Amino acid sequence: MNLSVTLPGMKLDNPIIPASGCFGFGYEFAEYYDINILGSFSFKGTTLEERFGNKTPRIAESTSGMLNAIGLQNPGVNNVLKIELEKLKKVYNKKVIANIGGSTIEDYIEAVKIISKSDIVGAIELNISCPNVKEGGIGFGTNKETAAKLTRLVKEATNLPVYVKLSPNVTNIGEIAVAVEEAGADAISMINTLVGMRINLKTGKPVLANTYGGFSGPAIKPVALKMVHEVYKQVSIPIIGIGGIMNAYDVIEMMYAGATAVQIGTANLINPYASKEIIDQLPQVMKELGIKDLNNIIGRAHK
Amino acid sequence: MSNLYTVLSNELIAYKTYKMVLHGDTKNIKAPGQFINIKIDHPNTFLRRPISINDYDETTLTIIYKVFGEGTEILSKTKRFTTLDILSPLGNGFTIKETKKQLLIGGGVGVPPLYSVAKELVKRNIEFDVVLGFNNKYDVFLEGMFRSLGANVYVTTMDGTYGYKGNVIDLIKSKNLYFDYYYACGPEKMLHALVKEDYVGQLSFEERMGCGFGACMGCSHKTITSYKRICKEGPVLESSEVLL
Repeated sequence: MNLSVTLPGMKLDNPIIPASGCFGFGYEFAEYYDINILGSFSFKGTTLEERFGNKTPRIAESTSGMLNAIGLQNPGVNNVLKIELEKLKKVYNKKVIANIGGSTIEDYIEAVKIISKSDIVGAIELNISCPNVKEGGIGFGTNKETAAKLTRLVKEATNLPVYVKLSPNVTNIGEIAVAVEEAGADAISMINTLVGMRINLKTGKPVLANTYGGFSGPAIKPVALKMVHEVYKQVSIPIIGIGGIMNAYDVIEMMYAGATAVQIGTANLINPYASKEIIDQLPQVMKELGIKDLNNIIGRAHK
Repeated sequence: MSNLYTVLSNELIAYKTYKMVLHGDTKNIKAPGQFINIKIDHPNTFLRRPISINDYDETTLTIIYKVFGEGTEILSKTKRFTTLDILSPLGNGFTIKETKKQLLIGGGVGVPPLYSVAKELVKRNIEFDVVLGFNNKYDVFLEGMFRSLGANVYVTTMDGTYGYKGNVIDLIKSKNLYFDYYYACGPEKMLHALVKEDYVGQLSFEERMGCGFGACMGCSHKTITSYKRICKEGPVLESSEVLL
């Protein structure tokens, strides 16, 4: 039985990657289990300067999902490099994916240059899809020219593979995927959260201080599957499938849609052991479905 | 940390307020004021419900909660011997200080964790009084429990239907209560009002949480020195670090 898959610059023992924003800088989860069992993980979205994020409440829930409007709270790339990644190294000996956000192209490039100095970073994940910050973030991910320009300039600024994380909040995700592939992206991670809101029935006011937030969880899985399926037809670079994966069956389904690896987001917040449990469950589900090698099932839904 | 607990009892003790005793692992509870995060098995209650620990011993822990929405509504109907998936214990609780005369200040469903603080103060022979604030007489609970520890207990209600009339600060001032340190838990309005006074102490905050264990940054509060996750570095903050 083979669970290992390959992403540009990274050979993974299994396709399970905790998603950015749902796994801190990893060491927080090392209190609960040995995080070296993971394929890899994508660390908390990091920007050039420190950010405090949005006002609270930053969290709301909905049927089979949750909304968040954190607003990229992070200690800034220099502190991540000097403090957070040093703490991580004590408990983790694999490569990590560096999720980088920004307000301007210059910010992205500067942050990518700094984080590329770390020997523990295996790839850059460009966050051009954060729905919760006023400037940048999603602004870079909803326009194909801007997305392509940013990808090209970041590629020139680093020797590491660059994965681009796409927003589902667009009319045509395929054309953005094609544009970043042409600009040199090595892989695509998709999807980020869907923009949504909840309203308090007693006060009539939005629940989130930011009014809108990113909707995630099992409720969005069908949307993510469809988008991965759609993009798989249009690009030849690997896709990291993200969206509502809660168990090993969901992993297989996402790989059938066209994902080479998957990211686990919200599931980690409900259950800190979620990613470990999915890894433990995977061989048994593969056996049940008669799968010997995960590499053979990527894009099966297209055949 | 994730464990199964068995409901031993779940009873109404005041208006929409329930006391639940759970049987399970309590050996990691380190301080009064820590909380648990309960998974409620329903698609509409996707996130866990964080609730403070009211009391605990070697094999049981007690919570007191009020029905505010769908999650607590389902919880209130949970039958004896039901098994619940709970993360426990979470957060840092209160750090007991050795001073001469202390005050416990609780507002509404912020009252329960102070009971564990009171027990700890009794154990350490630290003198203390208790001030409890509620909206009206139907909301009042735990008064007798604090009295049974031998403390002076002052109860106030906003509408004056029980005890004194007014908020907890009105009561502290009108009774001229002397204390050199306090522990407080209650609505944010009450906590902020306390910080504005010249008192020194610790306050336990409430916030909407995603995970409850420090991963999502959903509950961060900006403090004077840095940001703190209410679930991880909190829920207890020092009065000197609270940013109004």
